[in-house]
Amino acid sequence: MKMQIAITGRGGQGVLFLTRILTECALDLEQEVIASETHGMAMRGGSVISTLKVGPFRGPLIGSGQADLMLVLDEGSMETFFHLLSKDGTLFLNSPSSGSHPFIDATGLAAGIGSPLMANLVLLGFTLQHNKLFCDYPLTESVTGRISPERFREANLKGLKLGYSFPSSQRPG
Amino acid sequence: MKRILLGNEAIARGLLENGCSFAASYPGTPASEILSTFLQMAKAENSPALGEWSINEKVAFETALAVSYAGGRSAVSMKQVGLNVACDPLMSSAYTGVKGGFLVISADDPGPHSSQTEQDSRMMAMMAKIPALDPSTPQEAKEMIGAAYQISEEFEIPVMVRPTTRVCHSRQGILLGEIPSPVLPSGFPKDPQRWAATPRYRFTLHLKLNQKIEAITEKYGKGSFLKVLGNKSARQCIISSGVALAHTYDLIKELNLENQIALYQVRMPYPLRAKAILDEISPFQDILIIEETYPVIEMQLAMRNRIKGRMDGSIPPQGELVPDVLLESISTFAQIPGEKKPLPSGKPRRPTLCPGCPHRAAFYALRQALPDGIYPSDIGCYTLGLNLGAVDTVLCMGAAISQAAGLYHAFRIKGEIPPIAATIGDSTFYHAGVPALINAVHNGARFVLLILDNSTTAMTGDQPTPALERLADGRQGKAVAIEDLVHASGVQNVKVIDPYELEEMTKAIKEAHKATRSENGEVSVIIARHPCLMSPGASKKQKVYCMEVTEDCVACEICFRDFECPAIGPDPQSGMAKIDQNICSGCGVCAQVCPQEAIKTKGSEGTRIQGAL
Repeated sequence: MKMQIAITGRGGQGVLFLTRILTECALDLEQEVIASETHGMAMRGGSVISTLKVGPFRGPLIGSGQADLMLVLDEGSMETFFHLLSKDGTLFLNSPSSGSHPFIDATGLAAGIGSPLMANLVLLGFTLQHNKLFCDYPLTESVTGRISPERFREANLKGLKLGYSFPSSQRPG
Repeated sequence: MKRILLGNEAIARGLLENGCSFAASYPGTPASEILSTFLQMAKAENSPALGEWSINEKVAFETALAVSYAGGRSAVSMKQVGLNVACDPLMSSAYTGVKGGFLVISADDPGPHSSQTEQDSRMMAMMAKIPALDPSTPQEAKEMIGAAYQISEEFEIPVMVRPTTRVCHSRQGILLGEIPSPVLPSGFPKDPQRWAATPRYRFTLHLKLNQKIEAITEKYGKGSFLKVLGNKSARQCIISSGVALAHTYDLIKELNLENQIALYQVRMPYPLRAKAILDEISPFQDILIIEETYPVIEMQLAMRNRIKGRMDGSIPPQGELVPDVLLESISTFAQIPGEKKPLPSGKPRRPTLCPGCPHRAAFYALRQALPDGIYPSDIGCYTLGLNLGAVDTVLCMGAAISQAAGLYHAFRIKGEIPPIAATIGDSTFYHAGVPALINAVHNGARFVLLILDNSTTAMTGDQPTPALERLADGRQGKAVAIEDLVHASGVQNVKVIDPYELEEMTKAIKEAHKATRSENGEVSVIIARHPCLMSPGASKKQKVYCMEVTEDCVACEICFRDFECPAIGPDPQSGMAKIDQNICSGCGVCAQVCPQEAIKTKGSEGTRIQGAL
């Protein structure tokens, strides 16, 4: 099992939390995992990226064209990191529309349930319905529930479910 | 049992598992999480281990060192430029040596991502003549803490552990060990010829230090040089350390080069047992050294005609060694055709001060009050005042004040003195601003000093400052007020203002400047005080307005260009200001900024938007 995943967005959008969920899922599956995160000044609204490698890797970073999956929370940061995506890779985009990638208006949907900051979980749920991640929905749901702070648990799980059950007909062909 | 931990958390865990009884630090990316995690884990395990956020790295170093003098195991952690601040005790403590194991954890930032320089702490270890261990993963970082304590106690010498950003901020499944009782201080063994050595005895200490380093090289040098990849047929070799080793490992595997290249890891780049390494690698035709960020291993292996690396340009002499950079270097070294890789396109979004950040209001007022001023500034979130054109210099911690004084003296010689207004954050003021302020006042400099007091160390994740009674380990401490320090530094003209009150703030800055130029003018200080909205609970304590843009907007763009609020942007159709309610903090300052009075509060007080900053 080898999978390289990049998660990007703006500082404050919850890229770090998604990274945590996925590393914990890998541990639950007894897979080796190493992930790199962006901390420091870029977290103040700048473009941030986490890279996550599941399998027998030693280094945490991903080279150009090596990412099997990419989760993009901020469309404005997409171009900066798009070169990481493998030519066979899939990109899941938080956007009301997109020509070439599976997309979901995660921010809009999250705002609709009263928590715009849950867009990260909506996008993760949406990604899970495509069965391309190394982990499945039930595991991800249980990990999310386990590591969410008490006051956000319910909203986080709601967001994840919303993305997972989003009508697939709205995906581009 | 394995648990997912951040590299810094793994280091903290390593300290506890190896009996560290006291840790001190000053926050700085990428090292900040070490101390806070150490204290959290100690508390969770009912360990008597203690720790503190010190006022700066020099103080942290000396405090933790004294615990070691008294026989306890201790550690100091910091970012690499923090080690510059602690350089004085670092050099001297190598001579005095230690009693209880003493670790210097200095986190480097190749790139750099969040630092002024991408300097290499291992070179500082070399200059101090203390061993430096260089972990390549979080798991290894935790393991190296034990090895470092062993060397430190065996040879009574400080030992450096040098992680880099990609170790500190990587997450990995970490094998957990038992947490024993910490090695507590046993008593201070009086020995003035050592702990208070005069220059004559310092010579003897230097001699002893050299003997220690020689003995460490002899005993641990060979074991710290490991073959990690490569078959018997390999004719080339790569020597690497730190996270660069981890990336090189992945690339050799990916490119199937194990028949061609052998990979060696150096776990302790200083001191290097050069003779043994040269004997081991002499059968190889070509040798490439891959390390971050300076050529520390390379310089110690004197075989210039056969060794390639940062010094001959085979590896770029600056910058982080990310997989793409290494792929090119390794492909050239292995003489295999390099695949054309896609390059990044598009610029990353620049970081900005958060919506509702009190610094934004202070910077805006400064630009309004003294538009022709020179603005020396400093290290912290407020460096982002750059985006508002209100930051002209950023050198190092505390330099805003000394440089404002220097600029005043520079122009005094010339005869025409422009307005000079320095900005410095509260934590930075405590860290290195106080001596600079005393010096400026004493030497007759005249400028405006804005202390941007958001009551926290915000950039690095809300660590407490000495203004608070909350200590790192949860105990209650004694607060030391900024205004008391300012008064005691000899400043007469001090005002405390909430920067959200934009008009008052602007007026105060103008008056403060005027005062500096009056007959008996001196430094004028304004403490711009308003809590950071990222601090837990802070945003709940202030009024929150629901903002709206009325039809009076003339699309002048002042609110998002000059005031630079990330919650405001142009409407794609009309170009008029549009507020993103998802991220607006409701601070209401933009209403004071708008010259058309087109930004208004809906009703008297809006409801707080759930989840907003």
